Amino acid sequence: MDAQAWRMLLDGAWVTAWTSGLAIAIGVPLGLAMAMLRMARIPVLDQLLATWISLARATPLVTLVLFIFLVSPRMGLAINREAAAVMALTLNTSAFNAEIWRSAFRGFSREQREAALACGMTPLRAFRRIMLPQMVVTSMPGLVNEMSFLIKGSPAIAVIGMVDLTRVTNRIAAVTYEPLPPILAAAAVYMALIALLVRLQAVAQRNANRLAM
Amino acid sequence: MQSNWDTLWQHRDLFIAGLANTIVLFLLAAGMSFVLGCVLVYLLEGRDNPARRLLRLLMDLMRMLPFLIFIYLLYYGLPALGLRLQAWNAGLIGLTLYYGAYFAEVLRGARLVLPPGSLEAAYAHGYRRTKAFFRIVLPQLCMRTRGETGNLLIMCLKDTSFLLIITVAELTAAANTMSSQYFIGTEAFVVAIALYWLLGIAIESLIRWCRRFGRARGFEHD
Repeated sequence: MDAQAWRMLLDGAWVTAWTSGLAIAIGVPLGLAMAMLRMARIPVLDQLLATWISLARATPLVTLVLFIFLVSPRMGLAINREAAAVMALTLNTSAFNAEIWRSAFRGFSREQREAALACGMTPLRAFRRIMLPQMVVTSMPGLVNEMSFLIKGSPAIAVIGMVDLTRVTNRIAAVTYEPLPPILAAAAVYMALIALLVRLQAVAQRNANRLAM
Repeated sequence: MQSNWDTLWQHRDLFIAGLANTIVLFLLAAGMSFVLGCVLVYLLEGRDNPARRLLRLLMDLMRMLPFLIFIYLLYYGLPALGLRLQAWNAGLIGLTLYYGAYFAEVLRGARLVLPPGSLEAAYAHGYRRTKAFFRIVLPQLCMRTRGETGNLLIMCLKDTSFLLIITVAELTAAANTMSSQYFIGTEAFVVAIALYWLLGIAIESLIRWCRRFGRARGFEHD
C-alpha cells in the first residue's frame, strides 16, 4: 500500500470515528433521559417507551440505516447520508444505553435517596448531587461495553454509501487490485480502537467495584 | 387504485424467500457456532500451554473485529490467496467462526467459575476426561450461560443483515429490492423490522423455556 492508500484509509477511519463519536455523545444522555422517563412511570408513555426500546434493540443496524435513509424523504424530511447514518447509530445505541441506565437506577440504594430528601434536598438536587455521580460510575462498564458494540456495528453505514473504515478498503482495492492489505490494515485499526475501549472498560470496572465495596 | 400494501402482497414471494434465507442462515450458523464454541472450550480444558494460549489469542482477536470486516476478509480478501467463496457460503462460514469465538468465550467464563465438586465426583465414579466434560461439565455450562447465549443468538440474527452488503438475498435485501423496484420502501421496511422483532421475541421465549427445563432437571434452584 502506498501513501495515497494510507491517506484514504485514514479518511475512512475519520468517518467511522466522528459518526460513532457523535452517536455516543448523543446516545448516552438520550439513553439517560429515556431511562428517567421510564422510571417516572407515566402511564401511556411508559408502555410506548418500553415498546420502542424493545423494537430498537431488535432491529439490525443495517435495516435501520436503510429504513431511515430511504423512508425519510417520503415523510418530507430531506436528510443526507451523514445525518441518516448518525441518526441510525444514535437510535440504536440510545436504546441499549437506556437499559443500562435503568438497571443503575434500579440498583441504587433507597436509603441514600431517602437520606438526601430527609436532609431537605429537592428531588432534582438529590438526583444531581447524590444519585447521578454514583450511577455514572456503576453504569460506566456497561456503557463502555456498548460503545465497543457500536463501533463493531458501525460498518452498517456503508450500506447507504458512507465511505467508512470498512467500505474504504473496497475503494483502495479498486485502485491497487490488492484487496487483502487494506482489509488487514483496517482490521488492525478497528482492533486498536476496540482494545483501547476494553482497557477503558477494565479501568471503569475497577472503579465501580471499589465504589460498591 | 392499488395501495402500496397490495403491491407488497403481490410480491410477497420475494419477502418469503428473503425471510427463509435469513432463518436458514441463522439456524445453521447458530447451531454450528454453538458446537464450535463447545469444542473450543473442550480444547481449552486443562493446563495452560502455548497452543491453548494461541487459541485464546485467536478468540480475542476475532471478538475485537467488526463482523463486516471479517466478512470482507473472507469474501474479498481470500480470493487474493486463491480461495474464492460464494457469497452465501462466505456468510455462513463467517457467522459460524465469528460467533463460535463468542460462544467459546461465554462458556469459558462460566467454566472458570464452575464449582469443581461435580467434576471430581464424576472422576471418582470412573468417568474419563472426555466423557466427564461432555456429560457433566458442558450441560451445566450451557444452562448457566443461557442468558448470554440468548443475547448472542439475537446478535447473530441481526448480523445476518450485514450479508446484504456481499449480495446475499436475505430479509433486509428483500426489503431493499422492494424499495428500489416497486417504490414501497416504507411498507417493506416496516414489515422487515416487524419480522426481525418477532424472530427476536421467539428467541427470547426459547431461552425462557430453557430456564423452565433447567429447573425441572435440577440444574438450578430458586
